[in-house]
Amino acid sequence: MRYLALTENDRKSMLAEIGVSSVNDLYDAVENQFLLKNPITGLPLHQGEIEVEKILQEFAKKNRPASSGPFFLGAGCYKHHIPSAVDHLIQRSEFLTSYTPYQPEIAQGTLAVIFQFQSIISLLTGMQVSNASMYDGATSLAESCLMALRIKSGKKNIAKYNDVNPDYLDVCKTFLDLNSAKLQDKIDEDCAGVVVQYPDFYGNIPNLAEVRKKCDEVGALMIVVVSEILSLGLLEAPTQADIVVGEASSLGVGLNFGGPLLGFFSCKKEFVRQMPGRICGATIDADGKLGFVLTLNAREQHIRREKATSNICSNQGLCATAFTIHTSLLGEIGYKKLALINHQKACEAYEILSKIKGVKVLNENFFNEFTIEFSKNAHEINQKLLAKNIIGGYCVDNKMILAFSELTSEEDIKLLAKELSTILN
Amino acid sequence: MQNFIPAQTGLNHETELLIKQSREGACGVDLPNVKEFKLKTGQNSREKIGLAQVNEPQVIRHFVRLSRQNYSIDAGFYPLGSCTMKHNPRLNEKMARLAGFADIHPAQDESTVQGALELMYNLQNWLGTLTGLKGVSLAPAAGAQGELAGMLVIKKAHEVKGQGHRKIVLIPDSAHGTNPATAAMCGFEIKVIPSDADGLVDLDLFKKLVAEHGTNIAGTMITNPNTCGKFEKNIIEIADLIHSVGGYFYCDGANYNAIVGKVRPADIGVDVMHFNLHKTFSTPHGGGGPGSGPIAVREELAEFLPSPHVEKIGDKYKFAKPKNSCGKVKGFNGQFGMHVRALTYMLSHGADGLQKVAEDAVISANYILAKLKNNFHVPFPGNCMHECLLTDKIQKAKGLSTFDIAKALIEFGIHPMTVFFPLVVQGAMLIEPTETETRESIDNFINIMLYISKEIEEGNGDKFHQYPLSTPRKRLDDVRAAKTPVLTWSELQ
Repeated sequence: MRYLALTENDRKSMLAEIGVSSVNDLYDAVENQFLLKNPITGLPLHQGEIEVEKILQEFAKKNRPASSGPFFLGAGCYKHHIPSAVDHLIQRSEFLTSYTPYQPEIAQGTLAVIFQFQSIISLLTGMQVSNASMYDGATSLAESCLMALRIKSGKKNIAKYNDVNPDYLDVCKTFLDLNSAKLQDKIDEDCAGVVVQYPDFYGNIPNLAEVRKKCDEVGALMIVVVSEILSLGLLEAPTQADIVVGEASSLGVGLNFGGPLLGFFSCKKEFVRQMPGRICGATIDADGKLGFVLTLNAREQHIRREKATSNICSNQGLCATAFTIHTSLLGEIGYKKLALINHQKACEAYEILSKIKGVKVLNENFFNEFTIEFSKNAHEINQKLLAKNIIGGYCVDNKMILAFSELTSEEDIKLLAKELSTILN
Repeated sequence: MQNFIPAQTGLNHETELLIKQSREGACGVDLPNVKEFKLKTGQNSREKIGLAQVNEPQVIRHFVRLSRQNYSIDAGFYPLGSCTMKHNPRLNEKMARLAGFADIHPAQDESTVQGALELMYNLQNWLGTLTGLKGVSLAPAAGAQGELAGMLVIKKAHEVKGQGHRKIVLIPDSAHGTNPATAAMCGFEIKVIPSDADGLVDLDLFKKLVAEHGTNIAGTMITNPNTCGKFEKNIIEIADLIHSVGGYFYCDGANYNAIVGKVRPADIGVDVMHFNLHKTFSTPHGGGGPGSGPIAVREELAEFLPSPHVEKIGDKYKFAKPKNSCGKVKGFNGQFGMHVRALTYMLSHGADGLQKVAEDAVISANYILAKLKNNFHVPFPGNCMHECLLTDKIQKAKGLSTFDIAKALIEFGIHPMTVFFPLVVQGAMLIEPTETETRESIDNFINIMLYISKEIEEGNGDKFHQYPLSTPRKRLDDVRAAKTPVLTWSELQ
């Protein structure tokens, strides 16, 4: 078997050196009746690359990739072009096959990437500090709610200000239930934090100054959640917030059927010791040279055990690396320009779609995603679009949330408009 | 210019943070120009972000140079105990990048992602068959989330049975920190089970705890094989005891590599367990993640699994929410890209190969133990599973600790073992070679360990206090980093 490194001769001589006659002797702590001497039945035996590749190809062929036709899904997971350099670099062995950087002298590469990731996230969100990443936007939001409950320890609930991604809310509910905390619509004195999605699930852009005022009135922390991080290249940074969390997979990572994605977590520096997850900090080595280490570990499970701020251990390291590379390629000029192009595509679509009879555009403002409403169920309309090889938007009752990007062509938009018009009229 | 003296770097190039390399007007992408148009954001467009301005060659060089400052399993031996740093097959990477997997959206109509669902269904089946635990959820994002999901299943099962008052969870002192952290997150109260002189759960104390807390016990979280490198030989009795008071047996599967295909966890009384696909099933660690932490449970607990879960109805695959689901633990469908890699690996090895994986991992660890046991203190007697535990007791008498041994290993080209864990012994060194290391590579490690021990024994160990010397950075000042945290380049003077 190609991945096994010992030969039959190695096994024999190593067993002899150990002083046993068979490998099963090493499993002497396992009751004999439970030790399997033969391979488990009901599963295939080993296969070569050619055979395995064929099996996987067959699975892959039964899926319809986003790039194989007009595509308008967003709702928390956004398709963008990923520059070729990104995948090349993250496949370098030294990034791909290294562990968490617990031995900093031989992990400066990973640590310097994390440090730059934290720096970029902080700049984008307008917060002072960021951690080294979370699993995804949903879990990042859930952890931010728990953090708010820790900081405002007298208060027991979390409020939501506007329409938050329902998937995120499901995950938040699981975590909040454990703390007997509720997620409520009303902003009152019981709230440790107020969650505002920016832009919201339907693409609307909330007025953050207004949210800040409401938070201050009841003494709650302001939690901003961003599910499309590219929007921060055009929209104002949510500097009014106490905590800014969200999803960064739209740059460098891609769709992956919803995972791996890339959660980010940033906040004001005064709360840094309440943050979940790993944090990288700068320091110097024995020669006084600049270097990086994982720091403020006293918050984490491997030190604090049941008193840790979170149980998170593995994070999304390689995805954070991909994001950092993509963002570095974009830089100050490219990031803003890409955001503007995305908005422009959505504006073009807005003009065209709002002219269709039977389509009502619900947004007054938006970034790269907005919502249209029909007089009938949007799912049915989506099925008809699918029959024309168009993957429509995300449907909620009679509403359809449509996302646009630099990859959306004018023809795509026109085709969508034409088919919608045919279906509706 | 006359005073310029070049640095003697050879191949060891340095690279500055990109923000220091920034040059006004540089950009690493070419995007079409945008004609003036009226924004519909309801705001002015953002002015300054503060990102670096660099072009593609600069970006490539920067990250290539950074990568060369990392150790990796591809480049050398990485015997991190309980982390299973095995070879990461490149076929996995190739398959995960097929457009049919990498370029599909989680909210696409199920008719357009049947292959993805079929793949997940197959992976569920593999994990269920290997463990004998037939209810599988692929949703959890990593090991710690698998633990969380598993404990939520247990919590929910008790609640549904009117046993919501059960708040006690028994956890051995040798457990990973994630176990108590997870149990605490779920609102459980933790009672610590001490280890005995063999590095196992102390059976008498376990019995005492079970008798004392009885029907207030929700369950126990036990890592088996445990982090002392031992298979819990009393596991059947432990499982019977916890079941006798109506509690559940959660098995932390971090060390599953020792028994995959050799022992079916269901046979030894496990009710719930998680997998680390990034350990046992070879998905890459990526410098910290992404991982993936599916869970498997007994059939009667399947109704409590987190959503989503893939079901097959007729010849169609679909996502389903289990009847009494404990809820959602992660957005969308779990770490699907890792599912692709793990299934690719399982198909490559097959049932026969996976059994060999466990056997070879156990042979290699015992071989290291046999070769080092006369020179390093072995805290617990007998053979080990896929990792062996040593301590620095002998070397400590000469003034050198596990920390120094680890740093010496770095200087000699080896990634250190897991150090100072488990916490049940002082100066722990937990060594896990895995099945993908050649005998020559293992012998090289053994020789280096014996050399270190000899140098210390002969009084020549002082030099190790300064090690490593040949690395891109020497020992780093952790205290300074924590005392005055500098966490972004904006804070860096």
